[in-house]
This record gives sequence, structure tokens and C-alpha cells, in this order.
Amino acid sequence: MPRTQVYHAITERLEILDTEGAVDSELMPEFEPDVIREIYRDMVLMRGMDSKALKLQRQGRMGTWPPIRGQEAIQAGVARAMGDADWLIPAFREHGIMLLRGVPAHLIYAYWAGDERGSSYPEGVRVFPVAVPVGSQWQHGTGVGLSLKLRGEKAAAVTLGGDGSTSEGDFHEAMNCAGVFKTNSVFVIQNNQWAISIPLHQQTAAETLAQKSHAYGIPGLQVDGNDVFAVYSAATEALDRARSGGGPTLIEAVTYRLGDHTTADDASRYREDSEVAEWEKRDPILRLKRYMEINGMWDEAQEQALAEEVLAWVDLQVANLEEMPPQDPRDIFTHMYSELPPHLKEQMGEVLGEVGS
Amino acid sequence: MSTAEIDVTAGHAATEKLTIAQAVRDAMRDEMTRDESVLVLGEDVGIDGGVFRATDGLIEAFGPERVIDTPLAESAIIGMSVGLAATGMRPVAEIQFMGFVYPAINQLLGHAARMRNRTRGRMTVPMVVRMPYGGGIHPPEHHSESYETLFLNTPGFKVVVPSNPYDAKGLLAAAIRDDDPVLFMEPKRIYRAFRDQVPTTPYTVPIGKAAVVHEGDEVTLISWGAMVRVCHDAADMLARENISAEVVDLRTLNPLDRDTILQSVEKTGRAVVVHEAPRTNGFGGEIAALIGEHSLLHLQAPVQRVTGFDVIFPLAKNEHLYLPTRDRIAAAVKKTLDF
Repeated sequence: MPRTQVYHAITERLEILDTEGAVDSELMPEFEPDVIREIYRDMVLMRGMDSKALKLQRQGRMGTWPPIRGQEAIQAGVARAMGDADWLIPAFREHGIMLLRGVPAHLIYAYWAGDERGSSYPEGVRVFPVAVPVGSQWQHGTGVGLSLKLRGEKAAAVTLGGDGSTSEGDFHEAMNCAGVFKTNSVFVIQNNQWAISIPLHQQTAAETLAQKSHAYGIPGLQVDGNDVFAVYSAATEALDRARSGGGPTLIEAVTYRLGDHTTADDASRYREDSEVAEWEKRDPILRLKRYMEINGMWDEAQEQALAEEVLAWVDLQVANLEEMPPQDPRDIFTHMYSELPPHLKEQMGEVLGEVGS
Repeated sequence: MSTAEIDVTAGHAATEKLTIAQAVRDAMRDEMTRDESVLVLGEDVGIDGGVFRATDGLIEAFGPERVIDTPLAESAIIGMSVGLAATGMRPVAEIQFMGFVYPAINQLLGHAARMRNRTRGRMTVPMVVRMPYGGGIHPPEHHSESYETLFLNTPGFKVVVPSNPYDAKGLLAAAIRDDDPVLFMEPKRIYRAFRDQVPTTPYTVPIGKAAVVHEGDEVTLISWGAMVRVCHDAADMLARENISAEVVDLRTLNPLDRDTILQSVEKTGRAVVVHEAPRTNGFGGEIAALIGEHSLLHLQAPVQRVTGFDVIFPLAKNEHLYLPTRDRIAAAVKKTLDF
């Protein structure tokens, strides 16, 4: 009996915008200059929100914060491709896309400052709360994608997670089930190459993360995650597929975590400054700015005006955060169940006795 | 023998004799008919009708989009259910045996139990997880466990354990309509051990309410699930020795119906808690503490526990050494009487 090839796979990588600001005109999505300026603003807003959180943390006004610096193109590109009916299922380094999908910045701050009200989003915001248990959110993305499919909604569930989370069993189960049920799901790996101190090559022996899609029978694509046009283009293609019943897609967006894992981490213990410096040169915001300048869409005055706008916006978000009234001590009990059971009523009484309410 | 001495079917027009497995199936059928957002998912729940036939006929009635055969992936069954439930569906997930729930613990404890609280009520996961549990059927390894304690120390779940067909149907209907995640433990040892009269029309049995299923005045036997029948047997045996035992079927373990427990114990002055799970840190200890805190001066004797032992559940040949029996229960009762 012969030994034959039963499967052969190719994994593609998409790049549109290079580090110098030049684009591949054939692959470039059609955008009005205004939209490109909006995308740029989205990314600068994210970075403003992120930088401010780091400052607040150092001042003791913020809890542990996982910075998103360097990953703005993924979050702006995917958000731009999403529609009103689409769901976002984030992990915990997705503040930027959460903001763009309708979560107010002061609530994002509130969550990381230790206030559960930060995960109580306004009515109609189709965003799941942050998922801290690594990789667990992939499963929700499959479930939401199935839910949308079963109800015949022309919408998709977009789930994000890190490179480290692809090593979790939940990643495998989620991709496998999404493939089997052809759910309306889009999975985006933010491959920032570091899971706290573990580099990608210690996370997997696979050459890319995108190629894992082949094993689940779903399309996969690698994109330059610091190239907002490539991310947008890949996300649009995947969203169209998901919404029209074509099933799920796995996108690996290759980027770099320019900051520490969180404010409780010191990345200099495990990686070289020279590596970080190399990736600073590939900064997604800088790259888009160069593109806009080359194409006459942006000048120094506009940059200055945006910087001022963002500073004022960030200050307003901090003010909104700090003006939140204190939580009612009863709140730790109130939302455990649809109705407060007797034993929690009793325990609530103990807390109220202690705090003297 | 009937487990329910009180006629629970009074007031219902038509009844039929059903096993627990059939009653569970009928509850799902009724709720799926009532509410289009209810769907069933799990391993072998579709064409096979479930390994215990508890989903028998559902796929024929509702189709593969609402009776979903999943890949072999317990974490995905629960994780997908979180996603489904948070976006408007009411999934009834089956974990084929409670001994296989471990891969799903992250999704259950890390997400399902927490969603309402962590979003301050904005997002909820109205889902039911059905899990056949407990020993007594001589199965292979990992098929006999009673893990209720795992979930009783995790705030956010409701934990329900029926002991008879009437309660099984009514409690499962209530669980499916409930807006919180409900863990529904099915006593597989008595899935088909007996039939009771069950109303043919939909009804609910309230979650959080225990039942006095056998009245007595010298000692209270407190139990749930398959052990309720063993308590009945023990009570019948004790009656022949003129010892009057009351049997309380908790039916729901969280939220616990304290009033029914304490009223009974204050009446009888003695309590024996019976469960299959291991003794140390088992729920019997919690019930003993509760009785001690609230009813100490009514007690004639310390609360006794008749439980599984603190060992790995034995394989078939030694199963009988592990599981509480009516003789062990009767001996514990006599200990409280002789105190």
C-alpha cells in the first residue's frame, strides 16, 4: 500500500503598511482621508488612556494595570471592522478595543482600580467583561458565535487573546467546536511575543500561531499586527465570512508588548532592551502617522491639536472615575443571585453592622 | 414503595408513572416547547438520547440546532454555554458523569458562577448543568463521584438534587426558568429504580425548599438525592423497633432551606445527616454546624454523620463498603438515642 499525502496546508501573512509609511496600493483598503485620521485618533486615544493609567498606578490611584502600548493597531483595526451588532469578547489586554466598542474609559479605569461597577457597561454595549483566567474567553467566543448563528443574526463574535493563551486547553476546545459548529466567530490572537517572561518559542514549537487553524478545519491568516490596514483588512474578511454563515476564522496578529506584562512586572529581568528598541521602531502609531504625512493628510499643527485633545479627554476620564460615588457595601451581596437568599441577607447584616450603615 | 408519602400530584388533572430519567426528559421537552431560547447540549445527547436516555426523543422533536451533540469537550460544553446564556439563550448542558466535570471547573467557577456579580447584574448566565452523580451502579472508575461540596463552597451557583420523579421534573423546570446558573445533580443510581405518578402538564417545584417526606418525632434524618431512599428504608426499619424517624429531603443544597431543617430538629431533638460524598468537609459538617449555631439547646445528642468515607470512591467490588446503608443510618440513630 502506498504512503500518500492526505493534507497539505499553506499559511499566508498579510502586510499593507510598512514601517516607513509606504503602502501596498493593491491591498490597501478604501478609506477616505477622514476615516484614516479617525483611525489614527483612535490609536492615540488608546495610548493616552494607557499612559495615564500607568501614571495613576504609580500615584496609588490605580490598581494593577496591563499596558497595551504597542498593540494599538490590532485593537483599532479590528474595532473599525466591527459593526453595531457584533459582540466583543476580550481577555485582559484589550482596553483599547473595549473603549472603541463603547465601554466608557472611566469604567475601564474603575475595573482596574478595583471596582466591579467598571464591568457594568451601558445598555446595548455588546462587550463581555474582561476575562482574567487565561484562554477561558475563547470558549465564550465560540458560544456567542453559536448563539448568533442559531438566532440567525447577521453578526459575529470577535474574541481576542494573547499568544500564551493558545497553549491553554480551552483554546483547542474553542477552535475545535467553532469549526465543528461553523459558528459566527472571529478569533484574533494578539501575538505580542511574551507571556509575562515566556517568549513565543517556549510557548509553542509551531512556526506560526495562524497555522493552528488548519488542524481545526478553519481558515487562518497571519497579519502584521502593527499595521492597522492589514489588521482591518483581515478582520473585515473574517467578519464577512462569519456573518454570512461561512464559519469562523483565526487571525494571528504579530505585534510586540512594548511595556511590562503589568505594573507588577519588570520585563527587564527577562528580555533585552535592544529587542524592545527594535520594536519601538515598528511602532504602529508612528507608522500610520508617517503614512498620513507622506500623503498630505496630516501636519504638525494637527498632531499638536490631537495631543491636546487627548490630554483633555484623558483628564476628563480620570475626573469621571474619581467622581464615581462610593459603592454601597451591600453591593458585594446584592448581585450574587437574581434574588438575595436568606443566608446572604444574614451575612449582609454582618457587614452593615461592621461598617455602621 | 413510593418515596413521597404525601400526594404531591393532588390538583393535577392527569398523571403518568415515570422514572426519574423520564421525568428529567419530560421537563426538558416541556421547557423547550414553552421557550424557544432553551436548548440542550452535551456529549451523546442527540441521536443517542443520552447515555442514560435522559434526552431520549428530544432531537426528533426539536432538531439538531436545539439538541446539540458536542465534541468530547467538557470545558467547551460549559464555556460555550456561558457564551450562549449571556447572549439570550437558556442552555441546558449535560456533563455525562459528574466525575468528568473537572475539565470544566475553570469555566464553572471562574465564569458561570461569577458573571452576574462581576458585572453588577448587567450580564447573567441563566444556564443549567445536568450531572448524573453518585455511586451504586458498579460502573468503571470516575463514574460514581458526588462532588457537590466543590460547588457549595463556590458562591454564585444554585445546587439542586432531586430524589424522585415528581421533584425531578418540577425542579428541573424551575432550574431552566431560573435566571442564575443551576447545577442539577441527578441520582443515577435511582434513574430507573422506580416510577412515581407525575403530572403530564408542566409544573415547577420551587428551588430552595426542602420537604419533610416522612414524618417522625424522635430523630431527623437529613439527606438528598439517592440517599433519601436509603433514609426511607432506615426509617421503615426503625419503625419496626418503635423508633420514629422523620426524613427531610433537602432537594436544594444552595440556597439551603434552613427553616425546614431547624424546625424538624427542634421537634425531634436529634439529627443524622446522610450523604454519599466524603465526610471531612462534606456538607454534613455544614448542616451540623448550622444546627449547633441555631438549635443547640433543643438537641438531645450530638448531630451524627453517615457519609461516604474519606477515600477514593472504590471500584465495583468494594462499592458496598463505601456507600451509606440503612444499617449504618440505623446505628447512628441509635447512637443519638443512647447518648
